[in-house]
Amino acid sequence: MAKWIPLWLHKLSSPPTFYAFAGKVRPWAIALALILGVIALYGALVLAPPDYQQGDDYRIIFIHVPSAWMSLFIYAVMGVSAFIALVWRIKLAEVVAMESAPIGAAFTFITLVTGSLWGERMWGTWWTWDARLTSELVLLFLYLGVIGLYHSFEDRRQGARAAAFLAIIGIINVPIVHFSVQWWNTLHQGSTVNLFGKSHIATDMLWPLLTMMVATKAYYVASLCGRVRTDLLALEGGKDWVRKIAAAEKSR
Amino acid sequence: MNPTRKRRLIIVLLVIAAAAVAVGLTVFALQRNMNYLFTPSQVEAGKAHAYSTFRLGGMVKAGSIKRSDDSLKVQFTVVDASGAMPVVYTGILPDLFRANQSVITTGHMDGNHFVATQVLAKHDETYMPKELKDAMAQAHAGKHIDESAMPEKTP
Repeated sequence: MAKWIPLWLHKLSSPPTFYAFAGKVRPWAIALALILGVIALYGALVLAPPDYQQGDDYRIIFIHVPSAWMSLFIYAVMGVSAFIALVWRIKLAEVVAMESAPIGAAFTFITLVTGSLWGERMWGTWWTWDARLTSELVLLFLYLGVIGLYHSFEDRRQGARAAAFLAIIGIINVPIVHFSVQWWNTLHQGSTVNLFGKSHIATDMLWPLLTMMVATKAYYVASLCGRVRTDLLALEGGKDWVRKIAAAEKSR
Repeated sequence: MNPTRKRRLIIVLLVIAAAAVAVGLTVFALQRNMNYLFTPSQVEAGKAHAYSTFRLGGMVKAGSIKRSDDSLKVQFTVVDASGAMPVVYTGILPDLFRANQSVITTGHMDGNHFVATQVLAKHDETYMPKELKDAMAQAHAGKHIDESAMPEKTP
């Protein structure tokens, strides 16, 4: 292993260490997601004022936009893990990539459904083949492709390797989704919240949105920790550390 | 980094680069055909001649909306910076449809006007309470600034 990778990161990537670590992180992440989620929903549905143009209908933004951010964020995490898994053959990276895919697919699905509902009310159509909508649909198919490819091999690690290739090729779609509203003339409006530069949203609407963003991130961490723990147990079934855990469970 | 990992790294990077080039070329080639809509001035310049059905996008000209008394037929003019196109539509309009709103209509040319089969309202990326909008409108009183103006650029 290269010297520049800190020792603790190297240690963390060993399955028994990560199993214990994820077990500690998970309850905190769940608590954070629940608390922030409730605060964000209260801010979004009660405290935030109606929009000048869309009235109360715009409030679906507090679900739609954080989900859309997550759909891209999780894909980036999956792509990077897949890359590490392919080059360095680190088992944990494989597991993280493969267990991220269903969570990301769920967020993408939520994005498409809420966007469709919102579009029907505001634009006047459930669906249109505009660049933003189409590229987000392609993102869903990429997630489903990764999940499908992973499960279509008899040997799990072989499946993970094939799916990891699809995941890193599909990462090209992430900037396309993000910049589609700038590159093409679309029905979908441009970005409201900008990391660099001015955001086009009132402050009392912005803070519930950002709180929800943190809540969805925490949910992802919690969900991923749980999924990775289960998968590590299954993958390392014959190893000593798993036997010890099993024995401890039995003696209780 | 040992030779095996180096080889894998190079293979993976090559695959990514090849896929990026392939997608990049496809997108670049599609750029000319991936016009979601035409603006009135593009239509006047004859760019939409090849299409029997296409989308016309622009802003609804203030004072141009004429509703029929006994049917759902409505007439309005869609404008952009330098062009204008009369549109005829029969059907229910979206809630956001009004003067100075960006719309995207689907349909075909009939002589010198556009017959729409679908009218979609486009909204901008700005969200604010009504009071703030009114306060801003007062501050801007005198010089007319429209937030929901046309998309600035065309591909």
